[in-house]
Amino acid sequence: MSTTIFEKSSQGRRGYNISKNDVNIELKDVLPANLVRKEDAKLPQSSELDVMRHYIELSSKNHFIEKGFYPLGSCTMKYNPKINEVVARQSGIANLHPLQPEETVQGALQIMHELQNDLAEISGMANVTLQPVAGAQGEFVGLKIISAYHQAKGNHHKKVIIMPDSAHGTNPASCSLAGFDVKELKSNSQGKVDVEELRKMVDENTAGFMLTNPNTLGLFENKIEEIAEIIHAVDGLMYMDGANFNALLGIVQPGKIGFDVMHYNLHKTFSTPHGGGGPGSGAVGVVEHLTKFLPVPMISKNDNGYFLDYSHEKTSIGKVHTYYGNFGINVRAYVYIKMLGAEGIRSVGENAVINANYLQAKLKDYYNISHADQYCMHEFVADGTIQKKKYGVSTLDIAKRLLDKGYHAPTIYFPLIISEAIMIEPTETESKQTLDKFISAMIEIAHEIETDPESLHHAPFNTPVRRVDDVRAVKQLNVRFPIEK
Amino acid sequence: MPYISTTEQERQEMLREIGVSSFKELIANIPEKFVMKDKLNLEPAFSEQQISRKVFQLTNTNKCTQASDSYLGAGVYDHFIPAAVDTIVSRPEFYTAYTPYQAEVSQGTLQFIYEYQTMICELTGMEIANASMYDGASAAAEAILMAIRSTRKNKALIASTINPNFKNVIERYTEGLGIELEFINSVNGVMDIKDLEAKVNDDIACVLVQSPNFFGNIEDMFATEKLTHQTKKGLFIASTDPIALAITNSPAEYNADIVIGEGQALGNNINYGGPLFGFFATKLAMARTMPGRLVGETLDEAGNKAYSLTLQAREQHIRRVKATSNICSNQSLCTLAATVYMALMGREGIKEVATQSITKAHYLAQEITKIEGFELAYPQQTFFKEFVVKTPIPAEEIIEKALNHNIYAGVDMKIFGYDNQLMIAVTEKKTKADLDRFLAVLKEVI
Repeated sequence: MSTTIFEKSSQGRRGYNISKNDVNIELKDVLPANLVRKEDAKLPQSSELDVMRHYIELSSKNHFIEKGFYPLGSCTMKYNPKINEVVARQSGIANLHPLQPEETVQGALQIMHELQNDLAEISGMANVTLQPVAGAQGEFVGLKIISAYHQAKGNHHKKVIIMPDSAHGTNPASCSLAGFDVKELKSNSQGKVDVEELRKMVDENTAGFMLTNPNTLGLFENKIEEIAEIIHAVDGLMYMDGANFNALLGIVQPGKIGFDVMHYNLHKTFSTPHGGGGPGSGAVGVVEHLTKFLPVPMISKNDNGYFLDYSHEKTSIGKVHTYYGNFGINVRAYVYIKMLGAEGIRSVGENAVINANYLQAKLKDYYNISHADQYCMHEFVADGTIQKKKYGVSTLDIAKRLLDKGYHAPTIYFPLIISEAIMIEPTETESKQTLDKFISAMIEIAHEIETDPESLHHAPFNTPVRRVDDVRAVKQLNVRFPIEK
Repeated sequence: MPYISTTEQERQEMLREIGVSSFKELIANIPEKFVMKDKLNLEPAFSEQQISRKVFQLTNTNKCTQASDSYLGAGVYDHFIPAAVDTIVSRPEFYTAYTPYQAEVSQGTLQFIYEYQTMICELTGMEIANASMYDGASAAAEAILMAIRSTRKNKALIASTINPNFKNVIERYTEGLGIELEFINSVNGVMDIKDLEAKVNDDIACVLVQSPNFFGNIEDMFATEKLTHQTKKGLFIASTDPIALAITNSPAEYNADIVIGEGQALGNNINYGGPLFGFFATKLAMARTMPGRLVGETLDEAGNKAYSLTLQAREQHIRRVKATSNICSNQSLCTLAATVYMALMGREGIKEVATQSITKAHYLAQEITKIEGFELAYPQQTFFKEFVVKTPIPAEEIIEKALNHNIYAGVDMKIFGYDNQLMIAVTEKKTKADLDRFLAVLKEVI
């Protein structure tokens, strides 16, 4: 393990080079003594070379897309095109202030306006806000819109959001934050919404239904029309968690199949980088009659050009971000969509689905796949139940062994309704060769489990560190380096 | 097709292996009427060359702050960013990596977050900092929710001198949850301590005060602390500027319980207002009620030091409805920029940035008031790098005219309800020559 930047610090060393202060005012004349900090913040003292070496060394300990495949279910770890980065890092994008007069940011506003429209077109929604900065914040905004819709009608009793038990953890958490109660619907034997159970659960208190489609098992919810009818019959709204939107690109428009609100994960479906956990972007689209509730400002256009539109402020849910969301990230998604065009977008959806089905077909003889009798969409959920039962090797062990073979692990132990879940999403950007190698690695592991199950418990062996003890990380909490002086 | 590796021949092979003759069979499960018949109505695909040209032309119509002289602030600031910062954050090893759930192949990300947490603790004087929130505004909202959770009281007092955008976001995050927000009046550009005194009582969960506040003025955090902690359970939430922390009282000195703020000033571009990042720090005893990601040091199987995400039992993927927040990310790459920035500036550099910002701001303020018709809106207050002036003509006109001289004169306070007032932010990037030129332009335009 690398020493920390703090241990490399040396008194008096410096890594900055800023101009000398050329105004003739002393600090003591402008900051009264009682407001002066008593003790310095003990930041490290390093040269620029120290800092570069340190963080380059750290970077070498990461798995990342250009190094290897991420079969990470629900996360859509597709390739992040480099042109997106080059464009977004231009000064005319990166160095704009949010309160510049509108006439000085017409280009930025045009990009946002076109992106709003393109996302609306791709999803069949009427209007889109780019303000939410993450999928979870998108969920929050979508739920606030649902709440505003019911409040506007005086239906204050509509407090319940129903969702399947296979939902992402953010769904219930976002409901809590937005002031809704959650009812969980047990999935049927096919891993889908149990329409009859849903019918029983719905009542006048139902505010809406939150559904990921394709669902977290990678299966298209084909009863969607009936589901939407049941929800709409009690004046509930249909929310689509767009985490899996990649599967539908150019094939199905959520706005045309009964959904009223959805969020997009631009860092999944539209190729903006994950950044090691953020910043992402969680735009939200709505059907026409919900447009008036979208956050302010929207980006609109009139004869004078593009502008920040606050005209619906009275009905809007308000703001969820200090300014207009993650503009720098949205630019990347804009470039991506422009480069794909309609055919490219469709091709993403098709190839994502083909790649996933190819992996499912090739792996089903080696790992249990509960729903392998159905074609999946962009992902599928295998599991390690056989390996666990017969050889005592867990899904965690399998995941860790994959790291040894140069792959990131799939999403594991999710969805919660499949035990020992191994959720695999290849994305459209991976080639057949990559998939074939990954299949071989998975088969190799299946064989290793049969011949030497014990060793799997200790994987990985070839990674920068060995298996990390996260229980100790909780029990002996150490979240701050103790800097002595 | 761009970014798709599969050739037509491979596609056919794969379909054959799957056991279907066409893609259509794979989606036969989707009701026919829902499958798109027509192509999406999008612009024809651009080549890489074409999109570069298009966006370059668009950005050329933008007039960026680097090509001008900008005095815009209001929560996001134009501090100097050393070149090494961008070199590090542009590495795909960092920017295309996923959230570090698989610790064994994410030590790079985990360690820099651990270092970031440590640096934020140093700046704020607090014991524990999370891996960051979306922005300062959502960090403020989450701090209030945390105070409500840990005190089981449902009322928050908030200084009305906070950034109005923070106020909007706080309202969004707290409405519908049975939480009462009460605002403390302002007097002369700072919170009215007497009004705070009148409003604090044992029913409050917290008092949130921003210092330097929205107008740039430094609040009396010591008096606020006293009043807050005189209540039974009330927590003191300080919202602050990370650069100001280098030279002004650390929140530990005035015994804040939770410290939050907008972190953009630490090595991040303004990006037309996003991405930003919120820092969030508190006392160790409150770690378990804290929102957001957290990285801890631990050991690997061989007994070597390693890092991993920790205290995940607070989070949405485990607690679901009962999670401390719905957040499932941090602004990781923004915090990487901040970490590298703080490592480069170090103990002395960050003080230098802060000192130059405050002294240059004061030079400009002092000289502006010498111009007929201009005066400080709050002359009795101590400010940091931003201040408000009353203007002899509408601020809008000044802004418009200064723009002809390639200067962004500041924020028109009319949008926040103050006529004939201009808010001006000054960072270490300004030279005396810049400031003198700005002064000359101000003289000319009125």
